[in-house]
Amino acid sequence: MAKIKGTVIIDEQRCKGCELCVVACPTDVLQLQNKEVNDRGYHFAYTAQPDNCIGCASCAMVCPDACFTVYKITTTDNI
Amino acid sequence: MNREDIIKNGTIVYNRPRLLNERNTHYCPGCSHGVVHRILAELIEEMGIEDKTIGIAPVGCAVFAYNYIDVDWIEAAHGRAPAVATAVSRLNPDNVVFTYQGDGDLAAIGTAETIHAANRGENIVIIFINNAIYGMTGGQMAPTTLLGQKTATTPYGRKADINGYPIKMSDLLAQLDGTCFVTRQAVHTPAAVRKAKKAIRQAFENAIAKRGTSVVEIVSTCNSGWKLSPAKSNEWMASNMFEKYPLGDLKNI
Repeated sequence: MAKIKGTVIIDEQRCKGCELCVVACPTDVLQLQNKEVNDRGYHFAYTAQPDNCIGCASCAMVCPDACFTVYKITTTDNI
Repeated sequence: MNREDIIKNGTIVYNRPRLLNERNTHYCPGCSHGVVHRILAELIEEMGIEDKTIGIAPVGCAVFAYNYIDVDWIEAAHGRAPAVATAVSRLNPDNVVFTYQGDGDLAAIGTAETIHAANRGENIVIIFINNAIYGMTGGQMAPTTLLGQKTATTPYGRKADINGYPIKMSDLLAQLDGTCFVTRQAVHTPAAVRKAKKAIRQAFENAIAKRGTSVVEIVSTCNSGWKLSPAKSNEWMASNMFEKYPLGDLKNI
């Protein structure tokens, strides 16, 4: 069965850790870093469960700083 | 299939718009201004009008909008963006002119300019960011502040007998014969962002077709001014602001 897989690249240095993407993600892929911060002192977002990503770009839609690049692929592989 | 394979073989669903330059915005984390800047940059790029678009920046948090989107900009005096936009659109009728204003700029000091520019039916797009507070100066009461809402200058909540009632600018502008499209949108969810982008696209198309003034009000958050987290501000906006400022088209002819 064809399956949609996606992935996101996050511009960590641009991220301000506002958490809007974490709330918007329908498959709970994203989380904010707990301890680590970027050069500007923000707890940036990262993909905590990258396998769940479906490439819906909801995170990119709500991101005020345009940190996301979203990729998507339809695959028939068993994964 | 791992991440590298998806990036290598997959298609790009979303990419940072080319017109949004590399500078980091000065906005607070989670500010709606960033989202609206982003969709403006996407739209101008998609419509292919970057060479003929002229933006008029306001005074307020968005005063540095000209630093972030790579189109031509003019910075207007406080509240005078529609007046400057009138001059620009009359002298350059082939250009697409838009103003980007907050509620303190458009609904307080610039009420006269806004109402008269809309009443004359100038071919401009007015993007009105309504966050019910003066964000830049530290969260004072704005004309659009809700009754009972606590701000720096109304610490016990806005009271109608002392502070008056919140003003619904879009409803006022929808009554004028010069406006062709007045709508109220928000950018708190992915679906709302897509709808807001569609509304702004229609406003730009109206300006190109010279149908009159288009007003797109974006009900926004100011998490610093409201003293809430960005996610909590979105919830607060959805449960309080939309009652007074319901979303949808007020006029579309």
